[in-house]
Amino acid sequence: MPKIALSVNSQPVSHDVEGRLLLVDFIREVLGLTGTHVGCDTSQCGACVVHVNGQPVKSCTLLAVQADGADVTTIEGVSPDQGLNPLQQAFHEKHGLQCGFCTPGMVMTAMALIEDNPDPSDADIRHGLEGNICRCTGYQNIVEAVRTGAKVMRG
Amino acid sequence: MQDFEYQKPKTVTEAGDAFNAQSDGSFLAGGQTLIPVLKQGLAMPSGLIDLAGIEDLQGITATESTLTVGAMTTHARVAASPEVQKAIPALAGLAGGIGDPQVRNRGTLGGSLANNDPSADYPAAVLALSAVVVTDKRRIPADGFFTGMFETALDEGELITDVEFPVAERAAYAKFPNPASRYAVAGVFVARVDGAVRVAVTGAGPGVFRAAEMEAALDKDFQADALEGIAVSEADLIADIHASAGYRAHLIGVMAGRAVDAANANVGAA
Repeated sequence: MPKIALSVNSQPVSHDVEGRLLLVDFIREVLGLTGTHVGCDTSQCGACVVHVNGQPVKSCTLLAVQADGADVTTIEGVSPDQGLNPLQQAFHEKHGLQCGFCTPGMVMTAMALIEDNPDPSDADIRHGLEGNICRCTGYQNIVEAVRTGAKVMRG
Repeated sequence: MQDFEYQKPKTVTEAGDAFNAQSDGSFLAGGQTLIPVLKQGLAMPSGLIDLAGIEDLQGITATESTLTVGAMTTHARVAASPEVQKAIPALAGLAGGIGDPQVRNRGTLGGSLANNDPSADYPAAVLALSAVVVTDKRRIPADGFFTGMFETALDEGELITDVEFPVAERAAYAKFPNPASRYAVAGVFVARVDGAVRVAVTGAGPGVFRAAEMEAALDKDFQADALEGIAVSEADLIADIHASAGYRAHLIGVMAGRAVDAANANVGAA
């Protein structure tokens, strides 16, 4: 069984894993970090988005062994111990979620988007969130939340 | 998913050896198609040979006449590359419109070509630009590479290392994406290289193909108007829940016109 060693939310982690183990299952089942969700399991919905070496990826479409040596960040890694980060706060204030199932993926994708583009237009936000599906909100408030979160993060 | 032996070689030679040592080996590029395929049990390889550790398969280099892209270069990297944006902006634009940001961060040029999905974007660029697919064994011209639905000229165990794109005088890609998957319902790449026009269509047929009548018309006059009156036959096109063959035939004409307009506009802007 391959042994992998990686960093998850800045903590070193090493484990023996089957080749076929998906990164999302490693995160949820092995590490117990259940903030990352499995929605469709077919790489379409984006509920499972995490950052691998700073880039958003769908962790249901990546093997854990492919993340060997990588820096992985999950929703737990971008949340303060108490309260919410500015983008999460914006989702809360702008009602950017209803059931909340897609939200961890939305936040992780939007964090990377804002990092690349601190002042995104609505079109940029919609293009950037194309890989994240929400079945509740109709996206309007999600776009508003990302716009607001970006503004707060710009300071 | 059935388990498999996982290997991550450092060189192309090691990758070939690892493949040959397997009873049913499979190369893993970005995995954006292969991993879903494995999950569904549509492929059950004995060994997976991950190409991500091979430095030689990465990177982008440009000369005046040729842009060379390593097989394991991701779509995101091609889209953001200043070299690609300068040499063949249409190729950067195409890469930036594949799938979604997460897919673009993992998916690779070589993986897309080896898979040859009939709705993939890259095959249209490779065919229209008359690129050369370089493998660990030989150089395959685009016209001989795509042999059918999910079929290519690659032999068992043959590995794409690079793709050499001629720098076009004018080029553009226009696609009508499926709104959910962003795969092309119909996509048309138009390119003029050394005065000769080539038009490649993806998404609409069982594999990427060239539109000869459009090429002849654009050879005479590289304007969208030149395409007027050219009827695309729906005979060999795909009909599925997303679009009928007739609708796809119509889209090919519309996308070709938009691509020509965009190609001429690109030149004007530069």
